[in-house]
Amino acid sequence: MPTVSMTVNGKAVASDVEGRTLLVDFLRENLRLTGTHVGCDTLQCGACVVHVNGDSVKACSMLALSAEGAEITTIEGIANPDGSLSVLQRAFQDHHGLQCGFCTPGMVMSAADLLKRNANPSEREVREWLEGNLCRCTGYHNIVKAILAAAAEMRGEKIAAE
Amino acid sequence: MQYAAPQTVEAAIDLLTSHEGAHVLAGGTDLLVQLRSDRVAPEVIVDIKRIDGMKSIRDDSGGFRIGAAVSAAEITEHAGLGAAWPGLVEAAGLIGSTQVQGRATIVGNLCNASPAADTTPALIAAGARIVISGPTGTREIPAEEMTTGPGRTTLAKGELVEAVRLPTRAARSGDAYLRFIPRTEMDIAVVGAGVSLSFDDAGMCQAARVALGAVAPKAVLVADAAAALIGTAIDDAALEQLAQACAAACNPIDDKRGTIEFRTQVAGVLAKRAAVAAKERAFAAQK
Repeated sequence: MPTVSMTVNGKAVASDVEGRTLLVDFLRENLRLTGTHVGCDTLQCGACVVHVNGDSVKACSMLALSAEGAEITTIEGIANPDGSLSVLQRAFQDHHGLQCGFCTPGMVMSAADLLKRNANPSEREVREWLEGNLCRCTGYHNIVKAILAAAAEMRGEKIAAE
Repeated sequence: MQYAAPQTVEAAIDLLTSHEGAHVLAGGTDLLVQLRSDRVAPEVIVDIKRIDGMKSIRDDSGGFRIGAAVSAAEITEHAGLGAAWPGLVEAAGLIGSTQVQGRATIVGNLCNASPAADTTPALIAAGARIVISGPTGTREIPAEEMTTGPGRTTLAKGELVEAVRLPTRAARSGDAYLRFIPRTEMDIAVVGAGVSLSFDDAGMCQAARVALGAVAPKAVLVADAAAALIGTAIDDAALEQLAQACAAACNPIDDKRGTIEFRTQVAGVLAKRAAVAAKERAFAAQK
């Protein structure tokens, strides 16, 4: 069986994998990083979004072996170094941006990529960016509010939660 | 299943030639789903993303050479392509979702040979040429000759697409791609229409290419539709002729996403709108 090496949440990892193993299965099964969820495994729902070399990627859209040498960040690597929630994660909590929570890791990882590219997105830009992240509970409204609030806070503004 | 990531085109061709059931992996957004659902069971997957030149967009004697592993996102973020071929760029921006565009490639879109592929009509309208390498050397074909039917291409065993070539853009030229879907995101085209136009000094259309997707077993180049526009200023009469020629070229299926009658009518409507958009772009650019 071939071996793959990559950096996950700042830590070098290496493991034997089968050729057909998806990145998402490698993260969940080999590394036991189960924060990255599998909703559909057909590139639709976005629950498995992680960052690959800084870009958001659906981890079911890549073979683990294709990630050789890559820098991966999962939802487990998003909190502050002291373990407290990041501004974006806290905004999801404060603005009730989740109900069942299944889509949340993917939502947070997609949103983190958006805010890195665009520090001041409009509501429309947030909604368009989330085209590939499906949520069956919230109707998206509070997710959008959470992302806009996080963006504002990261710019030094503060929006009160309802 | 073996995974291989060769570093040269020659090594990739060797792998494709020496294995039965070898599949090329570019973005993987179609292949990995087919793999998971057991629709394909390749012995070897040949990942072409580590081959030099496959990930680059280069100047090509005033046109562009887009490597086969260039993602849709890299196309939508490329300023030069956006200025010269906005229609192709908007087609690339319609594939899947944000993250799917980060992986998916337009060459994969072409080789997957879905009749509803969004970038294929835009490539055909643009007059793109496909660079194919194989055991017997390299050949080049027009984009409209790449697919032969749903899921089928003209690629022979051992062959792979290396790049797409886009021609030099003439002054006063513009292109556009429009698709109809019943929702706003993440859907498969019910109809797609790509139009590319060039105009002379007097504002008359002197060159036109019109291509339709999802209305036939493969994307079609509609010569009669282009002929309806050439020599006109894209007035209402020419647009009506265009729509009729597009409707005549349709040979669609009836399915839950659109009936034959609906697809046939919408093809003409979209082609008209795309032609108007292409004309506006040709003059907005003021080249």
